[in-house]
Amino acid sequence: MEEILNVSGRVIPHVYPHLEIWGSAIAIYLFIGGLAAGLLFFANFFYLSGKQNSMPMTIKVAPIITPIIISLGLILLVFDLHHKLYFWQLLLHIKMRSPMSWGAWTLSVIMIPAILWPLTYLEDTIDYLKKRNDKCKLIGLFTWANNLVNKIKPLVLLLNFFNKYKKLAAYLTIYLSIILGVYTGILLSAFNARPLWNTSILGPLFLTSGVSTAAALLMWLSNNPLERKLYSKIDLFLIAIELFFIIHMFMGMQAGGNAQVEAAQLFLGGPFTASFWVLVVGLGLVIPATLEILELSGFHVPIGIISFLILFGGLLFRFIMIYAGQASSFHVL
Amino acid sequence: MKTTRRQFIKIAGMGTAGVAVAGSVLGSVQKAAERSISTPSSDSELFRTPTYCEVCFWKCAAWVYKDKEGNIQKLIGNATDQHARGKLCPRGTGGLGMYYDNDRLKKPLIRRNREDDHYEEVSWEVALDFIAKKMKGIKKDWGKENMAVFVHGSPAKHFEYLFKAYGNENHSEPAYAQCAGPREAGFFATFGSGVGSPEPADMQNSKCIIFIGNHVGENMHNSYVQELSLAIDNDADIIVVDPRLSTVAAKATHWLPIKPGTDIALLLAWMHVLIYDNIYDKEYIDKYAFGFEELKAHVANYTPEWASGITTIDPELIRKSAHTMAAAAPAAVIHPGRHTTWYGDDTQRERSMAIINALLGAFGRKGGMYMGVKQKLPNYPVPEFPEPKWTWKDITLDKYKNAAVGLTNVLIDASLPEYPKEHQIKGWFIAGTSFINTIPDRKKMFKAMDNQELIVVVDTMPMEMTGYADVVLPESTYLERYDYARGGKNRVAQVALRMPAVEAKYDTKPSWWIAKELGNRLGLKKYYPWKDLEEVLDWQFQKIGTSLEEMKRIGVKTFESDESIYLLPGEDFEFNTNTGKIELYSTDFAEKGYDPLPKFTRHESPDPGFYHLVYGRAPMHTFGRTQNNPYLYELRKTNDVWINPRTAKLWGIENGMEIWLKNQDGIVSEFSTKARLTERIRPDSIYMVHGFGHTSKKLTRAYGKGINDLPLITKVKIDPIMGGTGMRNNFVTFLLEKPKKEEVKS
Amino acid sequence: MAMDTRKCVGCSDCVVACQTENNVPLGYCRDWIVETVKGSYPETVKMHFASERCMQCDNTPCVRTCPTGASHVIEGGIVKVTHDECIGCGACIEACPYGARYVHPDGYIDKCTFCDHRLEQGMNPACVDVCPTSCLIFGDLDDPRSPVSKALQEKDWYVLAPEAGTNPQLYFLK
Ligand SMILES: Nc1nc2c(c(=O)[nH]1)N[C@H]1C(S)=C(S)[C@@H](COP(=O)(O)OP(=O)(O)OC[C@H]3O[C@@H](n4cnc5c(=O)[nH]c(N)nc54)[C@H](O)[C@@H]3O)O[C@H]1N2
Ligand SMILES: Nc1nc2c(c(=O)[nH]1)N[C@H]1C(S)=C(S)[C@@H](COP(=O)(O)OP(=O)(O)OC[C@H]3O[C@@H](n4cnc5c(=O)[nH]c(N)nc54)[C@H](O)[C@@H]3O)O[C@H]1N2
Ligand code: SF4
Ligand code: SF4
Ligand code: SF4
Ligand code: SF4
Ligand code: SF4
Ligand SMILES: [Mo]
Repeated sequence: MEEILNVSGRVIPHVYPHLEIWGSAIAIYLFIGGLAAGLLFFANFFYLSGKQNSMPMTIKVAPIITPIIISLGLILLVFDLHHKLYFWQLLLHIKMRSPMSWGAWTLSVIMIPAILWPLTYLEDTIDYLKKRNDKCKLIGLFTWANNLVNKIKPLVLLLNFFNKYKKLAAYLTIYLSIILGVYTGILLSAFNARPLWNTSILGPLFLTSGVSTAAALLMWLSNNPLERKLYSKIDLFLIAIELFFIIHMFMGMQAGGNAQVEAAQLFLGGPFTASFWVLVVGLGLVIPATLEILELSGFHVPIGIISFLILFGGLLFRFIMIYAGQASSFHVL
Repeated sequence: MKTTRRQFIKIAGMGTAGVAVAGSVLGSVQKAAERSISTPSSDSELFRTPTYCEVCFWKCAAWVYKDKEGNIQKLIGNATDQHARGKLCPRGTGGLGMYYDNDRLKKPLIRRNREDDHYEEVSWEVALDFIAKKMKGIKKDWGKENMAVFVHGSPAKHFEYLFKAYGNENHSEPAYAQCAGPREAGFFATFGSGVGSPEPADMQNSKCIIFIGNHVGENMHNSYVQELSLAIDNDADIIVVDPRLSTVAAKATHWLPIKPGTDIALLLAWMHVLIYDNIYDKEYIDKYAFGFEELKAHVANYTPEWASGITTIDPELIRKSAHTMAAAAPAAVIHPGRHTTWYGDDTQRERSMAIINALLGAFGRKGGMYMGVKQKLPNYPVPEFPEPKWTWKDITLDKYKNAAVGLTNVLIDASLPEYPKEHQIKGWFIAGTSFINTIPDRKKMFKAMDNQELIVVVDTMPMEMTGYADVVLPESTYLERYDYARGGKNRVAQVALRMPAVEAKYDTKPSWWIAKELGNRLGLKKYYPWKDLEEVLDWQFQKIGTSLEEMKRIGVKTFESDESIYLLPGEDFEFNTNTGKIELYSTDFAEKGYDPLPKFTRHESPDPGFYHLVYGRAPMHTFGRTQNNPYLYELRKTNDVWINPRTAKLWGIENGMEIWLKNQDGIVSEFSTKARLTERIRPDSIYMVHGFGHTSKKLTRAYGKGINDLPLITKVKIDPIMGGTGMRNNFVTFLLEKPKKEEVKS
Repeated sequence: MAMDTRKCVGCSDCVVACQTENNVPLGYCRDWIVETVKGSYPETVKMHFASERCMQCDNTPCVRTCPTGASHVIEGGIVKVTHDECIGCGACIEACPYGARYVHPDGYIDKCTFCDHRLEQGMNPACVDVCPTSCLIFGDLDDPRSPVSKALQEKDWYVLAPEAGTNPQLYFLK
């Protein structure tokens, strides 16, 4: 029998016996980051592919969501700080080796195209909404916003300028969105101290997962069958990659040191096993993938359910990763 | 009065209600608020005053550091002091928690009617008048001698003085009959001198130190632990006899995991090996000892093999350890220990240890036991004290012939209603001891309390005992008061000053003031010719060539002494025994009808399903007095019960499981605690730290945390030689479910 | 710093001393004690204590991940946190394999400073000075004659979680 115990002085809020310095706010923040990255990626990617008219939801309408959720994410981030009144310190420093720092900066920078992009499509969005359901309450709001934008001269100039260089901006945004998507994983994987997180797969895995949640959302929102089908396929493809990454991640850990093996054990028999394999992998990946295959092969499956499962799985995945990661350590008490 | 009801102080409508008893730990400590600075100050920005620590009885000299606003920041050991050596133990370092604890007693309290629990807050005048009146009543109806004074720590001197002046010498301390008494009697019978505190084991120079029980490192006496560390630096061998892998056992060369209660068998076997393997100090024994041949004959059959059957220790280990100590002798010592009231034959166990020290040639030798020196402080001149009609001796010495001071348990016996009227005790004055958590056999204690016409408790905290008092007097903490200077024997003679670092909080007063004021009310003014203790201290200091003024500056003063602390080579030394020699064979015991050579007596073993109740100390707590100290509470909030995993398996007990304990007499612990499964203990024993399981709700942090060992100690074996209360003959079993209320009888 | 597990008695004096020296709020700590028991009763059971605190790592993940630079390394390799620059994001806590940091009730992150305010005055850290067994050895590791360097030369030692790659500077003597 081996006993390792605290004699004294160790029961500290947030740190011991359970490291819980990060919680739901960070999980949601990461989820939002991935989703926003995916939405921006698709909008800009299909824009560059010239799908402006065939994929209005993706390119013109849905992007309006991104600035909203990114702001929400930033609010959550600040809300989660323990020394909130000093949050501005974050914007006084650029620390390239700190994912927290460049992530916050990436989010702030990506905010610019994220805001400008949907503004250039405000009229299209209003049209789109009118076509779909002219009683939609948002129409009034957007019309008001559109008028407001048109009244602010500098903004109009800015939007014109943005429109002029839209292609270039799109390239940049795609680039930034990939950084953002990867960042949501790297924020965690940069921590050597948390063996579960400390794997290079986490960046691509979170990126894939983020993009897949965005695809699911777009699939849900779109009423264009072609657009939907496309996303269905994209999602299937992404889910396959995700599963590959997940298996790869565990295999990598199993082959690693003690701490890594123990970290993997959290999911392979440990406390997070059921929630991870049943809820995240089962409900969030395998079942929606199956449903999508059914859908693609002609059966009628409500899209909403598939999308919801994927989104829900994505969110839960981040929750579990946050908590399990903090439970994984080098066992030094 | 039925005292079995728990009656705690009702702080109803207290004047000090301004200090709300905050629920949260942080809230209940003002210190955090008082010290809002987030960066530490350097020592040069702080002011310091001297004191000596009162968190235990080692009395380490210290400096109290205060910031500009006069808030106590920290306590640091005095570098010149022998006890402290510039350091304090964790309890001393956290001592400021005693001052900052918001649960402290704040005002004198009187309970006028014992039938209810209502304590009234009163002024000092009212409280002291009340006590004086009651005492006069007892004097008239029974005699001034028919009261007992139970004291411990620094308050002791002040009240002993008061009662001596009053003509009463019935004072006693738990430090004797529940603690060090047997070793004093055992070592005195052998060397003609007791052990005293600090124990003069020359550990820092020793090559081999033997601990019988004696869990130094958990028993956190400051310089004692420091010396252990020095011994480890010197690669000294350490031999530990303990049913438990104590902290020091884990550092030992040999750990002998003995069956509880069988130490004398081991000690006899060690004597056997030392003598029959001819590895004792022959020259030393020839020169200084008396009765060697008797001893040799006595231990002839006590072979390691014999002892092994009793102690469960491998005979080879017994032999090997004896050789280890002999190889180091005379720089080898069996530490006399301190809490030695274990099984009722404790004086004889201590005798055995003393005898081995003699065989090793340890007494008076470097690395063995040194002969301490001290600086005497003269008494302030006062008229002679009146001669009492009778004293504790009259009711003790015919039975326990070698009791050196008053025995708490004998005085409790005398407090029972069936005791002969002439010597019956009718009033208790208690200061600085948490009496009901300290003296075993509570049933008797409650009966004795019922028979008292007056119970006064002087304390700093609303401890359990205060709930049984008629009058509760709140003393200022040691950081807020003067006391008599600390003397004491050591390698060099030193005197240490305690002075107030801060003004007394609340309506609290120091013991010297309380005693003097009470003295005035009892017509003893002539014994208090001085204005305050400062005057006395200054007078005493002047007499020994210093002054209060100087002592305030230096805290500790060292005095030259020309006495050597070791025997000189070939020195003729007259021991204070009947024969003038080290008595391996005790002529004194023989005269008085006690065994002149220690014998092994078998003690009871637990019934199936029961386990030896083994208790001890945690390094960060002192008995039951520190559990509520905000700093020390943070270090350890409760005690767990150590159980060997093999034992636990039989019961289905898992690590961390909540359990209750029940003893052989059906007494169930008031609270539960967690099981700690550990290989560090014998399967036939359980272990817990004494001092937890407080039932006083006024101790907002400590209340209800852990199990109190004392109520489970109902079987007491009295040492026939000095009257100490053997407390380790008790056995407990586990209750895995919350016992029904009626079952909780503690 | 080196800490001698052979001498430590787990008394936790170092913990209280740090609290009173550095005004560490109650319920928090910059150092702590761990007990390790191995083997089984009676022959093989072994036990030791260790007093742990920030390892003042040479390779500091906590500083690296800090987005504001509040966590930084000062002269002598001591890792410190500037309270007014700290946003309390917790990244450094996640980054530290030893759990050496905590969130001060005021919101910023706090940790062992090696008592740099005492070092400046030529004193030892508070925990070092208070330790009754003198089992904490402090000094300059770059100076081969310092007590700490000597101890490391003479005795067997280990560090905690070397695989975390932080190159910790608190050595445990066996
Ligand atoms: N931190 C701290 N230190 C203290 C105190 C405190 O309250 N707190 N109190 C001080 C005082 S006044 C005293 S008297 C001392 C007491 O401290 P010690 O004199 O060291 O007390 P012991 O009862 O000898 O030691 C308890 C040890 O005895 C072992 N033991 C139990 N039964 C037996 C047995 O039958 N045989 C043997 N060989 N060992 C046995 C237990 O397992 C335990 O390890 O501590 C002093 N130091
Ligand atoms: N069950 C059990 N019983 C034991 C022991 C054991 O291990 N187990 N150990 C025995 C031993 S070795 C000893 S020495 C005794 C010790 O027995 P006690 O001396 O009774 O021990 P404490 O519990 O420390 O009680 C001290 C009391 O003094 C109060 N006090 C503290 N400072 C001051 C002060 O400055 N002024 C005043 N007026 N009061 C103060 C405290 O609040 C507390 O109520 O207990 C013995 N009894
Ligand atoms: S040993 Fe500790 S508690 Fe006892 S007097 Fe010394 S510092 Fe105080
Ligand atoms: S003060 Fe020293 S002996 Fe006590 S726990 Fe700390 S390091 Fe160990
Ligand atoms: S122990 Fe933790 S806080 Fe200290 S330097 Fe290393 S990583 Fe940073
Ligand atoms: S919590 Fe403070 S010190 Fe830690 S990483 Fe964030 S800003 Fe830096
Ligand atoms: S070095 Fe100073 S700050 Fe660090 S643990 Fe020790 S006392 Fe605390
Ligand atoms: Mo004692």
